[in-house]
Amino acid sequence: MRIKDLPDDNLFTAGHTACPGCGVALSIRNAIRILGKDTSVYIPASCAVVFGSTYPYGAWKVPFFHTAFGNTGACLTGMQAAFEKKGKKVISVGFAGDGGTYDIGLQSMSGAAERNDDILYICVDNEAYMNTGIQRSGGTPFGAWTTTTPVGSKIQGNRRFKKNLGEIVAAHDIPYYATLSIGHPLDFIKKVEKAKNIKGFRFLHMFTPCVPGWKIDPAKTIAVTKLAVESGMWTLYEVENGVKKITHKPGKMKSVKEYLMMQGRFRHMSEEDIRTLQGWVCKKWNLHYKEKGAPEICEIELPEEHHAVTEEHKEMHGP
Amino acid sequence: MKKVITGDHAVAIGAKLSRVEVVPAFPITPQTLIIEHIADFVNDGEMDAKFLTMESEHSVMSAAAAAEAAGARVFTATSSQGLAFMHEMVYATAPLRLPVVMVNANRTLGGPPGIWCEYNDSMGVRDSGWLQVYVEDNQEALDMVIQAYRIAEDKRVLLPVMPCIDGFVLTHTVEPVEIPEQQDVDSFLPPYEPDVILDPARPAMIGTFMPAEYIMELRRQTAGAMESAKNVIQEVNDEFAKVFGRDYGGLIDTYKMDDAEVSLITMGTVTSTSRQIVDELRQEGRKVGLIKLRFFRPFPSEELKNILKDTAAVGVVDRSLSFIGGGQAFNEVRSALYGLSIPIINHLAGLGGRDVTEMQIIKMFELTLSAAKGEKVKTVNWHNTRGETV
Repeated sequence: MRIKDLPDDNLFTAGHTACPGCGVALSIRNAIRILGKDTSVYIPASCAVVFGSTYPYGAWKVPFFHTAFGNTGACLTGMQAAFEKKGKKVISVGFAGDGGTYDIGLQSMSGAAERNDDILYICVDNEAYMNTGIQRSGGTPFGAWTTTTPVGSKIQGNRRFKKNLGEIVAAHDIPYYATLSIGHPLDFIKKVEKAKNIKGFRFLHMFTPCVPGWKIDPAKTIAVTKLAVESGMWTLYEVENGVKKITHKPGKMKSVKEYLMMQGRFRHMSEEDIRTLQGWVCKKWNLHYKEKGAPEICEIELPEEHHAVTEEHKEMHGP
Repeated sequence: MKKVITGDHAVAIGAKLSRVEVVPAFPITPQTLIIEHIADFVNDGEMDAKFLTMESEHSVMSAAAAAEAAGARVFTATSSQGLAFMHEMVYATAPLRLPVVMVNANRTLGGPPGIWCEYNDSMGVRDSGWLQVYVEDNQEALDMVIQAYRIAEDKRVLLPVMPCIDGFVLTHTVEPVEIPEQQDVDSFLPPYEPDVILDPARPAMIGTFMPAEYIMELRRQTAGAMESAKNVIQEVNDEFAKVFGRDYGGLIDTYKMDDAEVSLITMGTVTSTSRQIVDELRQEGRKVGLIKLRFFRPFPSEELKNILKDTAAVGVVDRSLSFIGGGQAFNEVRSALYGLSIPIINHLAGLGGRDVTEMQIIKMFELTLSAAKGEKVKTVNWHNTRGETV
């Protein structure tokens, strides 16, 4: 499917109340265009419930279900079981945020993944609990300001690194895991189409900037996602039947500083913290994504004391 | 056909006979035998259901709600800590009008941890919009699973139903149980045909976020459904009695209440022992009777007031405690009987699964008889409890 072939049947209609430039709304709208009308949607507690389904209004022209926060995996399992029992061919798809996936919904997601239930789990990752007013989640990057990791006189921003959810999900031996960004539409379409047609547990991990949460210009949503990929803060790859493949390789990695300075949530960061984050990005790239023998594209070294990768980790995965 | 089986086995057979389509499950003592038997039925090809081995009770009720929303007849079972763990989802199910049936094997909700019969687990969700029925024996457990679907799926009700069975006393104890014929159950319980479901052919949004402008009307509708369940319960009970020959009375059941001056109100298995005591006391010439409180939701306020209006005193037996003094059943009965000027006293017994013996029940009747005579009796009486002199 090419961009111009994407149907515009408004299955997630205009008139929803998401902020201008909302990465989640853009991702949902485009994913559902590709998935089509024989789809049933579950959304856990999140902005997407509020902006797409506040009674008596509703933006969905496919079946929509919502109950609670930490249960996307289980609700998709139940929904799909009913469709299968009734002999209906429907794609059960969930759109859960990073909080609903990395944190409170991790167990429920893991259960569905381990059972390899025939469902499509989509995580729209905007790197904090945005619906409740920008609180830190397990998906929040190092240094980021949130309302629960404020920039204080003693401690500045989030002191932990973004959880590597992709490795956790892929470790369930599922048929398909992929990361996506709306700044890379061709890659986006290809992966959603692929996930649509695979049987079993599929997980699409979408990078979705949040305008108020990241303190960015609403016109810059796409630019931010592109720079995230070019700086290694987000990596486009897929794991199909256990085989990992980078689907978009940055030429020479851009410095994270350029990416950070576009966003109010990072602007307070000290040079030392920026160096720490840069080091983490390079280590992560080299450990998880760099192919054997490929040239170094991320070269900045990490001061040892801020090392997120332990010795034990190195032994397991190699230097 | 009669079989000698445990309460859990009876429940599993009830689910099979009800032709349930999706069964999300997670093990917890003393409910485990239920899901084990269902797993056997499914794997032996005796039962055509999707059996989902979930990773927690929260996920069990999530999958149950979603499967029900997608149009399937859903069964599950839980107990105690498991019911507490799914608390959020128990509350989500009723107002969305998803007629799930879940058996709760009553067990102590810790702390301290304990696995024996206490009602403090199911009492914690009495205001969630689920119907609750407490059964007395394994036969009633099986029969109430079948009846539960008829009640839950009735368009006048459309609320989930929780049959509650005493942990161990029923779940792990064998009794002879008459197994209904599949064809009789099929004609008593037709397939589930909901109006609004998740279906791409006719998309609906279920569980939308709801602002204050609308939620109060929704609450009122749910309350209305609970109220209309009273008639449906009676209708279903009477029809079941006609087809299967077992009449459970409906919201309540009574024993020797016609000329009773003093009575006890009991729930679950304590009822059987109490019936025995009524007979013994009657032989001594004492005019005592028994009311079996079957449905706790909807609560039979009118029925209780009616039957007790010409009596001299009533004692309410509770197997769980509410911290406003006495148990939940006592407090609700007292509220239901407001305006009736008879002594209403509370008997707390069997908490944590302690046996409720004949001696204790005799004592309960004696205290209630004393209250009827105008003698001074404590309102709340702890039976067979160290440090208490009842």
